[in-house]
Amino acid sequence: MNNIIKPVPCKILDIKKETELEWTFKVATDIKPTHGQFLQLSLPKIGEAPISVSAYGDGWVDFTIRAVGKVTDVIFQLQPGDTMFLRGAYGKGWPVDQFKGKHMVVITGGTGLAPVRSMLNKFFEEDYAASVTLISGFKNSAGIVFKNELEAWKDKFTTFYTLDSEEKEGWNTGFVTEYVSKVDWASFGDNYEVVIVGPPPMMKFTGIECVKNGVPEDKIWVSFERKMSCAVGKCGHCRIDEVYVCLDGPVFNYTTAKYLVD
Amino acid sequence: MGYKVSFAEVNKIFDQLKDEYEIWAPKRFAGKGRYSDTDIIKYDKVNTVEEIEFNEKSDYPAKEVLSPITQSLFYFTEDEYRESKCTSKKLLIFMRPCDINAQHHQEKIYLQNGGFADMYYQRMNEKVKIVMMECTEGWDTCFCVSMGSNKAEDYAMAVRVGDGELSVDVKDEAFAPLFAEAAASDFKPEFIEKNQIELEIPEIPNKEVLTKLKNHPMWNEYNKRCISCGSCTVACSTCTCFTTTDVIYNENTNVGERKRTTASCQIEGFTDMAGGHTFRRTAGERMRYKVLHKFHDYKARFKDYHMCVGCGRCTSRCPEFISITATVRKMAKAIDEIIAEENS
Repeated sequence: MNNIIKPVPCKILDIKKETELEWTFKVATDIKPTHGQFLQLSLPKIGEAPISVSAYGDGWVDFTIRAVGKVTDVIFQLQPGDTMFLRGAYGKGWPVDQFKGKHMVVITGGTGLAPVRSMLNKFFEEDYAASVTLISGFKNSAGIVFKNELEAWKDKFTTFYTLDSEEKEGWNTGFVTEYVSKVDWASFGDNYEVVIVGPPPMMKFTGIECVKNGVPEDKIWVSFERKMSCAVGKCGHCRIDEVYVCLDGPVFNYTTAKYLVD
Repeated sequence: MGYKVSFAEVNKIFDQLKDEYEIWAPKRFAGKGRYSDTDIIKYDKVNTVEEIEFNEKSDYPAKEVLSPITQSLFYFTEDEYRESKCTSKKLLIFMRPCDINAQHHQEKIYLQNGGFADMYYQRMNEKVKIVMMECTEGWDTCFCVSMGSNKAEDYAMAVRVGDGELSVDVKDEAFAPLFAEAAASDFKPEFIEKNQIELEIPEIPNKEVLTKLKNHPMWNEYNKRCISCGSCTVACSTCTCFTTTDVIYNENTNVGERKRTTASCQIEGFTDMAGGHTFRRTAGERMRYKVLHKFHDYKARFKDYHMCVGCGRCTSRCPEFISITATVRKMAKAIDEIIAEENS
């Protein structure tokens, strides 16, 4: 009998410190996720946690992890060469096929950048989208992740990078919602899609702001984060109404997401 | 085929079955209830027919046999781990029709939802043979007829208890040889046709009404009344939620296990995430979440029936005397109000 919750040991290849609290772990695995999917990271005797994939390639997957919980705290004690356990990939990621040739507006808050990072790199490397406008906000300069990529993306993307309240050279100040009206919506015609990822209040208010700016609801996509024990639709923790975030999400169209009241 | 067998004969049959089967049934534990001098009736292994409580509804559902309150999933030793094992025997379980119907809900979540089958449930489920306990009277909190779960056909045997004897309807031919010497009877089980409580489940016509219902003040009542103890969900025939936790053995920290423990959406912290995000902070919101799951969300997902078999155990077990049927009626009234307001 196939045990779907049996985790597989995988070797940590590299650890990169993005910030004091957010590190990217490169792990050797044959698992092939799609953009926006997540895996269950598992440490025997400690526990399991759902973590989104922040990049992937042949034989490896990146996780950008914030040390805020029981499992993630212990992950931060690991070294390259150590083992962590994985199972997945799970969930429905970004509808990348639908984004082909479109003007993309990507709006992220904090580490919400992680679940869209691999897709942004695809857009950057393949000229997959007609254009990319990226609005990325962080609490403060200490919280900025993927600094090199943010810098590189400026060459091809229209970027608005902002810190909530801190002033920093080359950066805006204020919430991402303030930059929604600055996007050149008129130039996109009908040929665009919007992606929003971040903490729940950020996604809520950014969604409302987009709709205010005339964006049709069905062009908006969000990614949810919820507590999960199993990630396979059994444990019930991530259910909202008739939807299981682990199975039907984490990516949802706004027309579905706006009704999902926890 | 129908038979009539004395308790002595039943016990002989039990003895013959024991090599191959564990026999599970509702059993009375005298003095173990939550108040002094009260009993508790829950599922346990039985050796004789006299141990089975036929005359009262069990406080806890039959689901506990297949998905126990707590179970080990993996054992860890240093860098290695292995799956827990389960009983090598088959399971013969005595259940009332409500519990039999509840198995369908359990299977839907554990074996079908998302196209994933949970191995721990599946390996137990495959071992089950059901003995249906005829149930024609019900109790004061029952509303199985309203939920359409008063009848069940998928059983290996059905029994009616008499004075020191059982009438048995043997459907699964594999059990027929056990009754070779028993007296024949024309017994066929009957089902309850009317409960003391009748409940009409309201329809929620669209998402707008659903959103308004979620925000309706009716749920505030439970902020005061519900103490978020989770007794209702533990006693529920259909609830399946669990939490996975790892433990380290105190004596040897190199060794530990991953466990699955029944969880309740009614208890604070059910949605807590690392980093501090949480949802449904009030008892009223958690009650709304549970009631809508039972009487709307589950059916909206799977399209066939509601996630309630009307066993009434949640009402019986609530220490605050919150009645699920009264709650659903309040919800029906709130929906009527919302629709009337929309039409005015």
